[in-house]
Amino acid sequence: MEEKRNYTLKIWRQKDANDKGGFVTYPLNDISTDMSFLEMIDVLNEKLIADGQEPVHFDHDCREGICGMCSMVINGKPHGPKDAITTCQLHMRSFDHGVTITVEPWRAKAFPVIRDLVVDRTSFDRIIQAGGYVSVNTGGVPDANEIPIPKKIADDAFDAATCIGCGACVAACKNASAMLFVSAKISQLAMLPQGKVERASRAEDMIAQMDEEGFGACTNTGACSAVCPKEISLEHIARMNREYFTAKFTAKKS
Amino acid sequence: MSWLHTTMNSTLGKKVLMALTGLFLILFLVIHLLGNLQLLLPDQGAAFNIYAHNMASNPLIRVVSILNFAFILTHVVYSIVLTRLNKNARPVGYAVPNKKSAWASRNMGILGTIILLFIIIHLKGFWYELKFGKVPFVEIDGIMMKNGFALVQAAYSNPIYSLIYVIAMVFLGFHLSHGFQSAFQTLGLNHNKYTTFIKKTGLAFSILIPGLFAMIPIIMYLKSIT
Ligand code: HEM
Ligand code: FES
Repeated sequence: MEEKRNYTLKIWRQKDANDKGGFVTYPLNDISTDMSFLEMIDVLNEKLIADGQEPVHFDHDCREGICGMCSMVINGKPHGPKDAITTCQLHMRSFDHGVTITVEPWRAKAFPVIRDLVVDRTSFDRIIQAGGYVSVNTGGVPDANEIPIPKKIADDAFDAATCIGCGACVAACKNASAMLFVSAKISQLAMLPQGKVERASRAEDMIAQMDEEGFGACTNTGACSAVCPKEISLEHIARMNREYFTAKFTAKKS
Repeated sequence: MSWLHTTMNSTLGKKVLMALTGLFLILFLVIHLLGNLQLLLPDQGAAFNIYAHNMASNPLIRVVSILNFAFILTHVVYSIVLTRLNKNARPVGYAVPNKKSAWASRNMGILGTIILLFIIIHLKGFWYELKFGKVPFVEIDGIMMKNGFALVQAAYSNPIYSLIYVIAMVFLGFHLSHGFQSAFQTLGLNHNKYTTFIKKTGLAFSILIPGLFAMIPIIMYLKSIT
């Protein structure tokens, strides 16, 4: 049953990357429990605009949990209190009437704040550009299932490939480490025959880029996996470590 | 060998050094415990003194002991390097802290620092005293040897000193409750066939080993007052 609830929002406001920024508190009433979290912020923004104020800037695109754009730390947890969903899939029924909700941007040196809740995640793009691809010769269209792949391996690779690159892992990690993201991207290709050709250089180059971007190291706390909307497993980080050291100790010097 | 330098200097390389030195220290803890449990034998410390005497005169043990110091130092130095690197990766923190992980895993640095303080007290009290201090001699089986047992006995008759040991073991237990299984994950050993086993072993280890260590000062203190 739909219900109307009142909230106090404590939202991080910051004009640009150089601004110090700070929290601003907004009371917001008559919010439908059927609304998504982003729709609730839309309502707030309509009010702010009507009052002649600057709306809260935030990232979003698909609003159906597949693009990875929506990025907010809600009450200390990336994507809010529910497990295995993104902020756009979070509903206001998950918040009791009258509570205060604190909303912060992803916090990491490699994800500088652009404005309010919007952070620059191009460091992820540069990691992908460093090796998160397979080089294929374009030729005739190959027959389907020409390369047999055991179901178990296909499933594992697919699990890794469900990563939407939202960066919640970085946001949750006490070290702002990107290991879960990078390991998912390395794993999804390393397990498949098409990706095996470049597996050594991929691991070396992506990890070098990850370090260069200023992400932290892994303490294996598991906070990343606990907040991941796609529940990517720590097994991928272990695989990444194997890929990296195998590459470093066995591949030829470039 | 610049490739090796690059490899070990990466975030992954630094962590592998933490894991390898940590696992060595874990192995050392077991050997150290087995030796020390002889303190509890009802023989006025004869077995313990003979053991300590043989250890001190064995060249292989000397090498292992130097390695042990080197590994502790590496572990500590890299813990500082990693902690700084990790702190730098998040210049602005959160207003609301994230609690989606085990407390020990988020506080390995604090736990380690307390363990380091303990190691310093421990080395000063026993290792330094035995090696460079004035320790009484005792004759066992016709051989004159340092009476390490008497040194330990005197130390543990002080309740404050014994208490420091017991508390330090609690912190060690927490460090190991995360560290044991974490080291395997760092080395890439995570697999659905054996990870549950590693985690359970780690938990048992982090209770059993510090627990047995803590028993020694407790029992020796109780003996001293009866
Ligand atoms: C008997 C003593 C010790 C043992 C057996 C031990 C064991 C371990 C093990 C097995 C790990 C896990 C490594 C990994 O995650 O791959 C670890 C991590 C760690 N240790 Fe120790 N340790 C000891 C003493 C110390 C001391 C004296 C310090 C620091 C002053 C320290 C600081 C740390 C830190 C900060 C980590 C986490 C590093 C990270 O993942 O960011 N440890 N330890
Ligand atoms: S907006 Fe696309 S995942 Fe939330």
